Amino acid sequence: MSKDEVILLDFWVSPFALRAKIALAEKGVEFEARQEDLLGEKSELLLKSNPIYKKVPVLVHNGKAVNESTIIVSYIEDTWPTPSLLPPCAYGRATARFWADYVDKKLFDGGSKIWRSKGEEVEVAKKEFIEILKVLEGALGEKEYFGGDSFGFVDILAIPITAWFYAYEQYGNFKVEDECPKISAWIKKCLERESVASGYPEPTKVYEFVGLLRKMLGLE
Amino acid sequence: MANEVTLLDFWPSPFGMRARIALSLKGIEYEYKEENLLEKSPLLLKMNPVHKKIPVLIHNGKSICESLIMVQYIDEVWNDKSPLLPKDPYARAVARFWADFVDKKVYVSGKRIRITKGEEQEAAKKEFIESLKLLENELGDMPYFGGEILGYLDVVLVPFYSWFYTYETYGKFKAECPKLVAWAKRCMENESVSKSLPEQERVYGFDLKLKKVYGIE
Repeated sequence: MSKDEVILLDFWVSPFALRAKIALAEKGVEFEARQEDLLGEKSELLLKSNPIYKKVPVLVHNGKAVNESTIIVSYIEDTWPTPSLLPPCAYGRATARFWADYVDKKLFDGGSKIWRSKGEEVEVAKKEFIEILKVLEGALGEKEYFGGDSFGFVDILAIPITAWFYAYEQYGNFKVEDECPKISAWIKKCLERESVASGYPEPTKVYEFVGLLRKMLGLE
Repeated sequence: MANEVTLLDFWPSPFGMRARIALSLKGIEYEYKEENLLEKSPLLLKMNPVHKKIPVLIHNGKSICESLIMVQYIDEVWNDKSPLLPKDPYARAVARFWADFVDKKVYVSGKRIRITKGEEQEAAKKEFIESLKLLENELGDMPYFGGEILGYLDVVLVPFYSWFYTYETYGKFKAECPKLVAWAKRCMENESVSKSLPEQERVYGFDLKLKKVYGIE
């Protein structure tokens, strides 16, 4: 049987690409990560594989492209079922997908608002972001992970965005640890995993990158 | 164990229609509860405290929210008939991609057509038509997105057919996608779809009233 060819079109700071890398690592799948230069010229493979959005990540598995990070992680789960990232029962899966959807809709955009805002809007954005974190803290409850005892689907989708928290904290003048200690503890727990730590960008480098984006947007 | 299924819904909601179609295709008996979105019921607020939105599916006391998640849940629990998502992982990923596209592009641009004017509305119309053309391309020569029978993406997209008249009237245009209209009419031949979708003119009448309530001209 021929070996699987798994390519991930990647960008070092993309939390969405990191989701795919963590999922593949958790499944023990060997893959080739190809860096895209998103501030420069996108590769032909990227433009061909994701003609509608032209974004990373793209998973190319034996020549077939899968787009959108949450869908990619679901695909990884369906294709390489063990160890499983989702609970076995339908209700547990629906609940995991609900929180995955909440993370998708709120977390990254909520954080981005903080560094994209000016003046009084920054404080408003910060308060809204902390509210989002508090809702997630509620969902986490007393569990070690969103997945319960084991690291799973929601953890994988949420943890990469936390690499951007330092940047949000700097621009919003707050500390996640003070506002949401449970979330802070969860982050530390996830970072103990090799699958997470190996691709997690340095928060200070992410902060520098955000500074660059702010310059490009005329905010600095 | 008896299956108790309740759907908290609002008749013009395309997201609610998705749940109605899926439940009907699977032959599931359920209680339909109409919500007044200006005065949400305690049950809705309890069952969807995070978003406070419809539709909400309540199955044996447990709530499932968000229409795409709901349709997948219905497909997984009642897996004895009318399979909606394909079994093949790649085909599933493709179906999910286009379902996500419908939410990001068709719904969003349709909404902007309704509530904006001038240049913004023109841009929204352009995006709306482009999105439909991409979906037409995806359909190709198949009778349904699910292939020979209605599948996940058909259930996800067809509710917006009930809003076409509304979009076209506000935007003063005709969405030139004959293949998609033919597909929608084909879906409507299925009773599960036709009884779940309100008439286009009724939706338009509702939306006119809604805009007055919110002071949108």
